[in-house]
Order: sequence, then structure tokens, then C-alpha cells
Amino acid sequence: MSKHKLGISDYPVGEKRPDLIHTASGKSLRELDLDGVIRGDVTIEDLRITPQALNIQADIANAAGRDALAANFERAAEMAVIPQDVVMEMYELLRPGRAKNITVMKDAAQQLRVEYGAQQLASFIDEAAKIYQKRGLFKFRY
Amino acid sequence: MDNKTSVRANRWKRFSNWDDRPLRLDGFAIEDPEHGFSAFNGAKDPKPQVSVSDGRITSIDGVAEQDFDMIDLFIARYHLDPEITEQVMSMPSVEVSRMLVDMNVSREELTWLSRGMTPAKLADVVARLNALEITFAYSKMRARKTPGNQGHVTNAKDDPLQLAADSAIAVALGFDEIETTMRVSRNSWSNALACCVGSAVGRAGTLFQCSSEEAEELEIGMAGFTSYAETVSVYGTEDAFIDGDDTPWSKAWLAAAYASRGIKMRCTSGAAAELLMGFHEAKSLLYLEARCLCMERGMGAQGTQNGGIDGAPLAATMTGGVRELMAENLIAVWLDLECASGNDSRHSESEIRVGAKIAPFLMAGSDLICSGLGTILKYDNSFNPSLFNGEELEEFLVLQRDFEADGGLVPIDEQKALDVRIRAVDAISAVFEELEISSPGEPMKQSVVEASGSDETVSYTPREVSQISDKIKTRNITVDDVIRALHKRGFIEEAEHLMFLVKLRVSGDYLQTSAIVRNKKVISAINDPNDYLGPGTGYRLSEERRKEISAIRDVLDRGEVLRTEETFKRQETRRISYRNMGPSEPGTNPNEVVIGISPGFGIKLFRTLAGHSLSEVLRRIQSGIERGGCTMRVIRFCHTADTSFLGLSAAGLSGSGVGIGIQSKGTAVIHHKDRLPHNNLELFSNAPLTSLEHYFKMGENAAAYTRGTMPDPVIVPTRGEALGARFHGRVALIYAIETAMTSDGAPPVETEITFLDSTS
Repeated sequence: MSKHKLGISDYPVGEKRPDLIHTASGKSLRELDLDGVIRGDVTIEDLRITPQALNIQADIANAAGRDALAANFERAAEMAVIPQDVVMEMYELLRPGRAKNITVMKDAAQQLRVEYGAQQLASFIDEAAKIYQKRGLFKFRY
Repeated sequence: MDNKTSVRANRWKRFSNWDDRPLRLDGFAIEDPEHGFSAFNGAKDPKPQVSVSDGRITSIDGVAEQDFDMIDLFIARYHLDPEITEQVMSMPSVEVSRMLVDMNVSREELTWLSRGMTPAKLADVVARLNALEITFAYSKMRARKTPGNQGHVTNAKDDPLQLAADSAIAVALGFDEIETTMRVSRNSWSNALACCVGSAVGRAGTLFQCSSEEAEELEIGMAGFTSYAETVSVYGTEDAFIDGDDTPWSKAWLAAAYASRGIKMRCTSGAAAELLMGFHEAKSLLYLEARCLCMERGMGAQGTQNGGIDGAPLAATMTGGVRELMAENLIAVWLDLECASGNDSRHSESEIRVGAKIAPFLMAGSDLICSGLGTILKYDNSFNPSLFNGEELEEFLVLQRDFEADGGLVPIDEQKALDVRIRAVDAISAVFEELEISSPGEPMKQSVVEASGSDETVSYTPREVSQISDKIKTRNITVDDVIRALHKRGFIEEAEHLMFLVKLRVSGDYLQTSAIVRNKKVISAINDPNDYLGPGTGYRLSEERRKEISAIRDVLDRGEVLRTEETFKRQETRRISYRNMGPSEPGTNPNEVVIGISPGFGIKLFRTLAGHSLSEVLRRIQSGIERGGCTMRVIRFCHTADTSFLGLSAAGLSGSGVGIGIQSKGTAVIHHKDRLPHNNLELFSNAPLTSLEHYFKMGENAAAYTRGTMPDPVIVPTRGEALGARFHGRVALIYAIETAMTSDGAPPVETEITFLDSTS
């Protein structure tokens, strides 16, 4: 795909730049139609957003002056390839008192880095671990 | 002072009247900042402050870095821009508040400033605005130009047939988003599937959410049934956050998780949540909400649902509480967040307070005016009664029309409502059968189509709904299965609509700020930005939209009034005849009462506003006159249609000097020839309440006046009905018909009346 960043004139991407969007299995946006679903060629897996689409939306959000929203889309792009149970395990770990010490969280961050190449998400969890320790969140809740 | 009073009383009874008003069911609380009861001025609200060292935020609102709690730290890391914050914070709050209401200062300039503002600064600026200024600033600062609305679709039985039918109604009403939740949490999959199918009837692109437990909600989203979520709650104190079993980091994780699954997401916060949870830190509602909103922007949520939400009723117990709810919505849009602006939990039993609450938002517009208008009846709302509900929905539609304000909705007519309900119930039944989930019987379907609420349905039992939900979940049924089932059973359009919606998630366009779908296009703050810069800019009703909003039901028009009168005409021609006897002469009989009838009386118009036929009215007046020992003479006047002048003209030609003037709509006057036009003997102005008995007495009294006696004036009792509201539309049309028949100088016409059917 194109390397230069997209701008607000490319939005909505589905209308203006459908050529840029492909599913994880390589289907184009045009191939995602009713006939495809009826034939069984298009499944729920094809109807997922991809890291690439999320990065495109991050570019557009940045171009619209929304840096925080763009950063969230970038984290989401890393998360899009992470299985649902892992996403939910990490969420659970981030809730108060689930992790009993900082090491558990550091290990989780490392797992994201190693297994999914999710640098931003890993740093995010590392950052949370430090403040959780400082604020005494590693305490028993239930 | 003299203690002697002539009268002793326990109570002025007006207070008893007031006691009976719904208002008195509302609770009110005294301002008590130490205990969290303050909208704007918490006992421990900090002064706005920031410091930066080496590009790092080292204190916020008086708290030094080493003392930051999780919220301060999150705001320092993710919200505040260290490059600009010191400069922005040094601007006087009053100056910034004036910029918010200055139409020449652009939205972009202000959203840029907001990134350098701490929670205390944002609150300090906004608190300086009065309610009108907040409304105006909100209108200018909201992100998307075109206003929208969100509706709740739930029912007390979690009945999927009714959910489908009610979703289709919500779509027909124009809701951009619909939200469901359950009475029994395990029914979530059934609710999701039912609303998903119902919302595909009639139009494509209505976003849908199923509010449930976080993990389940995400799974339902991944199955393709839902397209947005707003359950990511944020709290303004660390203790409340932890009590809510989350942290800013865990919530930010969820924000990314929803985006990573192509699901639009907004946070939820709002006044008084911390107070309800007991962790308010003696801070004001607005300050705590400002902290929430800074976090929400920081975590990269595209928007928020705020403006009280569950805490709205508590906020509304306080002085300025409703202004505070508006103020926190303003902070949200100032921070460049989409705002689903509350107007959700009903904050009052008083319909006047309800109407007043919504008015500023209707005028200002909002990304989603209600973050749940109850499309169903109050008792069916599984969230809680909303500000507006199924019961009052037409009032909302009329308010839109009154103010020519776009509240995001459009009226529906009875036939369309029935059509979409039938279609939705058939569609969900077909999906259930095709996927071997259930097979609803005809009586069930019939009862749901007709029912206004679940009290009237004979549908699934709670146990059956749970079984349906379990089947959908355990068999991993996803939206593509539903699309195939719809298609196979001939619901092609609905299959296409669903396909359209799930395909949107692949490109992620609706993840951007304030995105909704209109006419099969995603519109958001990016391609439909609010560009308000004064009159002539920003959102304006298009002529087409104005027509849609105008089209409420049962609207009078002149043709309709005349057609109705035609049917009365056929009845009246069998009862009475009016014969033109030529120009009238002044009478000489001292015992006569002249009735001056209006130009269209019995010719074009045949009934009074109270529904009495004009023949019967004349008959009763005549009976009264004769009971009083006089005779009646009828003269038609065509130089005027005004009651007073009809009466005075009749009196002028009357041998007794007493006349009655009467218009076709039944308004009448007893007059005397020596009086001034508007200084009559008796006026019967409330035609809709004037009974035949009153007309009889009118005749009797007119006869009494001929003898110079003073009868008891006839009192037509009113109980305070808003007669103008009920009748003036019709009155104006009818009166115009009469005035159109007048001509200057037209001579009075002696009119002989004959009653044709003595039994009528």
C-alpha cells in the first residue's frame, strides 16, 4: 500500500479509497457482498477490521488533529491480531487487584511484545504496572 | 404589632393543590459542598494550576507529581499537551469563556486550547456561563454538524419478537443508534439478534448496541450483531474508579479493544456518579466530570455519553444541577469528543421540568440528543424510564416542529408503523425458524405486532427467551448466518441492509469522531464538521428535512374542514331551510328579538365548535325567546362576520332594540341597540363549551332584556381547558370562510327559517 499518509479528503475510506482496504484473507472491499455471504465465500472472519485499516484511520484522525484518538487506533491496530481470550485476559489483569504484584504485569507486557509484536500495548501495561504499584493496587479484592 | 386577627386558618389550600402536583414527588436537596452536594462549587475543588518541567507535567491543579493519583497521572500523560499547557492556563478564564460564546472564534481554535487545560480550568471557564450561554456554546462546539438521536429498545420480558418490532419502529422514527439491555443478563444474545434483525427493516445503517457485561458485549460485537458500545464507564475520583472495578488503564485497554474489533465506542461518565458511590472527595459535580472527560479524551475514545446519565436525578436535586448537566456536555464537545448528551434517565416526575430540560438541546442540536430516548413504554425500559418515553414521543416530535429544530427524529404514520412491525416480526420469526432456534406461533406474532407494550403480548416466557439466547451463544451463530437465513426466506432487503452495516466495520470509517450513517453514507466530524460561525452557518434545516419534521399526524387543512362541513350539510338540509325574503326593514314589534346570523351560517358551515347543529341551536334560542314571551326574527348579515357587530346590527333592526348575534361556530352575543359595539349585554365567547341549554337561556334572557328587566347572566363554565390550543386552528379556518363571504355595504337579508323535521 501507499506509504504516504492519508488525509481527511480520503475519508470515508470505504467510499473514497476502497482500493486500500483488504480483509485478513486478502479479499477486496468489493468482494464483501451479499452474494459472497450467500455462497459462503464471505464469513465472519472476513468481516473483521484489519491492522492496516486501523492504521489508515489513525492517519486520518491525526490529519483531523485528533492525536489521542489516533494513538488509540494505533493501539487497536496492534490488538486486532491478538486473540480475543488474550485481549480479555489482559483487560482482566489491568483491573484493580487482579495482578498481585508487578511481575505478573511485566510478564504480560513481555508476552505481548514477544508473541504479537505489540510494542505500544506492552509499554502501556508496563506503565500501568508502575502506577498500580505506587498506588497500592496489588492488594486483595476478592 | 396587634396580634388580633379576625380570621384563623391552618393552611392556604393552594399548598394542597401544589402537594398534588407530580413535581412534589421529586426530591430536592440543600447545597452541602462538604458532603458532595454542590453542582459547581465543591468544598475541595482545586484552583486551576499546572507546571511543566523539561517537557513533563510536574503538577496539576495544585497536586505535585509525587502525589498524583492514577487519574492525575493519566491526565498528565495522555490529555495535557506540555507544549501549550502553561501558555493556555495563563489565559484568564473569563476571557476563554467569552471565546466560547464568540461566534467569530472558531471551534478548532477552542478545541486546540482545551488540550492545554486541566480539569479545574475547564470547569472554571464553563461555570462562568449562564444556561443560555452554555446552550449557545454547545451549539457552536459540538463536533458533527447534523444532529442525531439515540433510542432505547428493551422490554420487560426480553421478548425477541417485540424487540424486533420495536427496533423497526425506532428505525422508522429516524434514530441513528439504538441500544438494548436485558432484564436477565443471560438473554443478551437473544436481545442482540432480535434488535439486529429489527433494525435492518426499512433502512440500512442504524447503529446498534447491546449493553451487557464487558466481555460478553465484545463477543456479541465480534459476532457482528452490534456496531457500537458505550458501556466504558469512567469516574472522577480514584476510589470511585477502583470501586467500579476498573482503572483509567483498564478502560483505555477496552477503548482499544472495541476499536480493534471495528466497533464504535464511547465512554460513559456524568455528574453525581461519584456521589452515588460515596467517593466524591467533597468536590463539585462539574469538577469531577471534567476529570472524567480529560481521561476520556486521553484514552482516545471518540466520544462520551455524559450529562448526568444515572446521576442526572441526583444532580437535579441541587441548585443549578440542570445547568451543571449542560455545562458538562459543553466540556465534552470542547474537548472535541462526540457527545451523546444525556437527556436519558428521567430526572423528574414533572412534565414541565422534562420539557424544560430538553429544550436547550433541541435548539442547540447534539451529536445524539438523548443517550437513550425511550422508544418503548416506561415500564418496558430495562435501563430506567428516560426523559422522553414511548408515552411522550409525539411530544418530542411536536417540539421539533414548534422550534423548527432537528431532534433527529421524524414522525411515522399509522400504516407505516404497522407495516414495519409486521415485517420485523416476520423477519425475526423466519430467522429463528431457519436457524432452528424457535418457531413462534401466529397468536404470539399477532399480539406483538399490535401491542404498545409487553403487558399486552402473549409471547415467549422468560425461560424460553433464555433458551433462545443460550442456543445463539453456544451454537456460535454469527451475523453471516443471520444474513443467509434472511435471504433464504425472502427478506432480501433486510439481508442487504445487514450486510451493508457489517461491511462498514471493515473500513472502520464509523470509528471516527461523531460518526453515524445517513442515507447509506458515514457522516462524522471529519466529513460533516460543525462549521458554525454565526447566522447562516452551521446546521440549518433543509427544506426537505423541514417537511419531514412538519409531518406530524392529524394536521388541519382548509379543504379537510370544508369536506367535513359538506357531510354536515347533507344532514342539515333535511332539518332546516333558510329562505331569502329580501332586504330587512327595522322592526316595530316591541316583543321581538332579532337573531343576526353570520354570512356562512347554514350555507357553508353547519355546526358549532361544540358540535351542535345550527338548526338545533336556532330552535333552542327560539324556544327560549318564546318562553320569555317574545318572538324571533332572523336576519342574515353579510357586511360583517364579527359577533359584536352581528349582535349590534341585529339589535338596531329589532323592534325591541334587543338582538342576538351568532356566528356559525356558535359564538354569540346579546346586544342592545344603544350600546357600544364591544359593550354588550352578554357574551358567549366559549363556543366549544356552550351547550344547547345555554342557547335556550340566551333566548330567555334576551326576551327579559326587551322588558328592561335584569336576568341572571348565563355563565358558561370553564374548567381551564386550553380552548385556544384545541380549537383556534379550526376557528381561524372557519372564520376565514365566513369573512371571505362578507362584502362592504351588503344589505341585511330577511331570512325565513323553517324547521323540517320536528323530531331531530
